[in-house]
Amino acid sequence: MANVRRFLREHGWSYAFIAPSIITFACFTFAPVVWSAIISVQKYNLRTGGTFVDPIWMNYQKAFTGLGGIFVTSIGNTLTYTVFTVTTNIVVGLALASLIQPLHRHVRTFFRAAFYLPAVTSSLIVGMTWAYIYNAQWGFANYLLRLIGVEPVRWLSNPDIALGSITASAMLTIPATAVVLFSAAMGGIPTEFYEAADLDGASPVQKWWWITLPLIRPTTLYLTVIYTIASFEVFERIYVMVPSGVGRSTQTIVTQIYYSGFKDFDLGVSAAQAMMLFVMIGAVALVQFRVLRSNVEY
Amino acid sequence: MTTAVVSRPRTGPIGMTMTRSVVTWSVLIVTTVIALFPMYWLFANALTPITATPPLTPILIPAWKLDNVIRLLTTSKHYTRWVVNSLTVALAATLWHVVFDTLAGYAFAKRRFPLRNVLFVALVSTLMVPIHVTFIPLYLISRSLGIIDSIWAILLPASSQVFGIFLMRQFIQTLPGELEDAARIDGCTEIGVVRHVIVPLSMPAIASLAIFTFVRNWNDFLWPLIAVNRPQEFTLTVGVASLQGEFMTDWGIIFAGGAVASIPIIIFFLLFQRYFLDGLRLGALK
Repeated sequence: MANVRRFLREHGWSYAFIAPSIITFACFTFAPVVWSAIISVQKYNLRTGGTFVDPIWMNYQKAFTGLGGIFVTSIGNTLTYTVFTVTTNIVVGLALASLIQPLHRHVRTFFRAAFYLPAVTSSLIVGMTWAYIYNAQWGFANYLLRLIGVEPVRWLSNPDIALGSITASAMLTIPATAVVLFSAAMGGIPTEFYEAADLDGASPVQKWWWITLPLIRPTTLYLTVIYTIASFEVFERIYVMVPSGVGRSTQTIVTQIYYSGFKDFDLGVSAAQAMMLFVMIGAVALVQFRVLRSNVEY
Repeated sequence: MTTAVVSRPRTGPIGMTMTRSVVTWSVLIVTTVIALFPMYWLFANALTPITATPPLTPILIPAWKLDNVIRLLTTSKHYTRWVVNSLTVALAATLWHVVFDTLAGYAFAKRRFPLRNVLFVALVSTLMVPIHVTFIPLYLISRSLGIIDSIWAILLPASSQVFGIFLMRQFIQTLPGELEDAARIDGCTEIGVVRHVIVPLSMPAIASLAIFTFVRNWNDFLWPLIAVNRPQEFTLTVGVASLQGEFMTDWGIIFAGGAVASIPIIIFFLLFQRYFLDGLRLGALK
């Protein structure tokens, strides 16, 4: 009894401080993840609850074979979108941060803010605006084509190019977080490095390649991981640009999770797809950490 | 412009420096135009009276008329309700995280107690878990609690975002411990230490946390879309997405709906952009 009292006196406040966070976390994040793993091997009925399926991997199998293998196509689409978007975002972010770095502090702040402004606007509204830009009839994209005498394009209703149009809209969005973080990382590099390089007669490009780039590598790693995760989870942009989906060509992993769970109400399959997304994100993040980190020493 | 460019001494011939800065500025200006164009175009259209199909020659200069906005507010039954819902959700989530993430962040940063590291690692490791994994169980939980189809359901996952705890811990760790000890010697209670020492010193981090939480929950879309079906319970993002189905032929209303929905967040950003940019750096995992 005395022990309990002493323990409480010593640590009571600590647990009281973390309790609200830990409780909501346990109820609304941790438990749902575990439960989702269970539902992914169940047939779940909203009225009667879940019963385990036989064989146990049936929902996973159904996820792949259901609707003519649309989930496989969705994974492919998501990967295509991710590769193009993440590569462009990192390169553009790095280029812009490098360009604003030598400028005056106030000018730099101005550009950071200008680039960041669209990023605080909801991706749903940004996506909606892109849908107007791509409107076949009166959209801005076709207006530009008309100016140079090119036939209008059905950007979002032609299944062959819809995914490309959506990906292009993401590539043309300034990667604001990357600009800000690269810019901060570059600002943190000690000037002595550059002064030493100046003494050796290095050109700006050489300094950028041999000093800046290696020293901001942790930031590059971090940004690659968070952009990859965000791209794997792309949903709003797709949902609002092609509300009905142009056949299978614009389905992604998350649109599939949404449709199988909350349109077809096949909760087991939806949970299985979500678990696979979880595993894929974990695997990709792990590989990226490995690859990008192993090269830091030189 | 020129002062900005020459503020750092350059080596090399003048001509090259000039070319370089011309290239730099052209790239930056073109990029800024591309970055801001979509939002600009949305606003230009929203502020120009359009009742049916927009003109074939795009509207690039707004007419500065509020016809669309007025029609939106008078014909779309629930738009003001959506604004209220979004504000409620975003403010409630912000208040929750400001209070409890500060407390938890402080405990994890400064206090020693059994299981501290285990709990912290468990929390932070879920930063990488896609939120979509939790949606089906959350849907079932909300149903059995009888809060599905209300903003309470929207708030469930909003209360368990762990980013803020991480951010506050990172920041509070850098504060010196002597002040806390001094406050305790002066007879401060544990709550008092947080209130009078930790909170005042952590204001920059708290500001960043508040802003990020607000923006994140204001912009959230997929979970509110799942959790709520009755139009009067929609948040603004879900509502704006539904306008496209409701007013298929009245593009003016749809443009106005998107533009009005983004005004609060733009104003918010312009007011607090310093904290935004600082918070971004604080929250980056090292």
